[in-house]
Amino acid sequence: METILQITDLEVSYGSVVALKDITFNVKSGEIVVLVGANGAGKTTTLRAISGLVKPKKGEIIFEGKRIDHLHPHKIVRLGISHAPEGRRIFGTLTVYENLMLGAYTQKQIDKNTLEWIYNLFPRLKERSKQLAGTLSGGEQQMLAVGRALMSKPKLLLLDEPSLGLSPALTKIIFDTVKQIRNSGVTILMVEQNAKAALKFANRGYVLEVGKIVLSGTSEELLSSQKVVEAYLGRK
Amino acid sequence: MEIFLQQIVNGLAIGSIYALVAIGYTMVYGVMKLINFAHGDLVALAAYVGLTVLMQAFGMHLSNLWAVILMFTVTAMFISLFGIILERLAYRPLRKAPRLSAVVSALGASLAIENGIMLIWGPNIKVFPSNIFPSTRWHISGVVINSTQIAILLLSIILMIALYIFINRTKIGTAIRASAIDQDAAKLMGINVNGIIIAIFALGSFLGSIGGLFIGIYYRELYFQMGWIYGLNAFIAAIIGGIGNIPGAMLGGMLLGIFNVLIAGYVSNTWSEALTFALLIIILIIKPTGILGERVAEKV
Repeated sequence: METILQITDLEVSYGSVVALKDITFNVKSGEIVVLVGANGAGKTTTLRAISGLVKPKKGEIIFEGKRIDHLHPHKIVRLGISHAPEGRRIFGTLTVYENLMLGAYTQKQIDKNTLEWIYNLFPRLKERSKQLAGTLSGGEQQMLAVGRALMSKPKLLLLDEPSLGLSPALTKIIFDTVKQIRNSGVTILMVEQNAKAALKFANRGYVLEVGKIVLSGTSEELLSSQKVVEAYLGRK
Repeated sequence: MEIFLQQIVNGLAIGSIYALVAIGYTMVYGVMKLINFAHGDLVALAAYVGLTVLMQAFGMHLSNLWAVILMFTVTAMFISLFGIILERLAYRPLRKAPRLSAVVSALGASLAIENGIMLIWGPNIKVFPSNIFPSTRWHISGVVINSTQIAILLLSIILMIALYIFINRTKIGTAIRASAIDQDAAKLMGINVNGIIIAIFALGSFLGSIGGLFIGIYYRELYFQMGWIYGLNAFIAAIIGGIGNIPGAMLGGMLLGIFNVLIAGYVSNTWSEALTFALLIIILIIKPTGILGERVAEKV
């Protein structure tokens, strides 16, 4: 498998606070890769650096052989990276349909097939397409955030805590959909507090601790690692 | 009753000028959370530039109609460009600075434009010619409407409808609304937020320039500090309607125009400003977000 995203020695700081240091990892085409770690470990910052919302102080981010760490976010979207951010960040006073249309902002015209595909993944969005997005339930907002990110037909999808605040049943629906999205050919890099569930369907994972990667491996390796189980997955 | 209706007609003409100017405040605030204090002075500048263009056009013996068309096009283009330059020089360097720095910069830009007008056109009052529109008047059941009022109302309404359609029905309009809600999320959609900010400054300045020309045509007297007082009224109109909300700015402008005229007609001109602020305070006490301004709560 070829590497779609390569991150080397990435360093990000907010003012004098170092958020990420010497982060090196990669994502291969067709994979689901999970970033695991406690709050404040730098998972969200990593995604924000990839999509260009924060500028790295040092290091390289290479997407499909092209260096992207100096690009503006709107240019990065055009290259094929889509980011469903932490807290969903849907446009609450716009309708569900308008939110989806904005997801396709980089496209010359709306691809009917993509829209149909997203409506199939999340039939709720079709039912509520004329409703204001802010009136959706938490789970529906998450569906909208993911669906909106898919409208740009990304090659790489960044998902930040897609199960945050959702019931176990809804979490399962979201995770099943993430698998479906991967199976349709989209590579996924996700941050997930529900690490055990995420690792069960992911290919590989990286464990972050205060801005550094402390452990990496395939999902099986991480799930069976004593350290990971104790620190992040809860004893069983 | 006839006097009352007459006041309403006058109020609508003034109100539509306020509305055009208020849109500029509200759009910039909506996306940047910045009060562009220089907007009023840009409106004043438009009136002065318009007068100069008009005089040049008359000097070239153009017909009234062509002179007016030339005045509107040249002024609108010039002021839109001026708005873009203003953003580039006064606000973009401070995009990441604390909010207060941008406010100070806005006030500085306002003073610079105001004094610039004084340096170029002098401190004395300039007067617009009175014969720009034909002096036709219509008497409709005791109410007198003149052609200037009709022109102001019609053109304002057309512009506002066009803006409403642009904001609500086009891709760029949706991108403007998205940028007003959440800039980072808008960037993640692939929207060039810098481009959007340039667009709203151009659009706001364009509508403001039309407002400034209407002020010149309607009130006729131009003085270099006029931007401050018209700007303040339009700004209040934007707050009354709900700042950040475009239909709110239109509604607020109309309401304030009618209110001003009624106060002047039934109470006294000297009280007009004080009561304008009283109205603002009352509306903000009853509805702190303004009449149309409201935020849909986002569920977690």
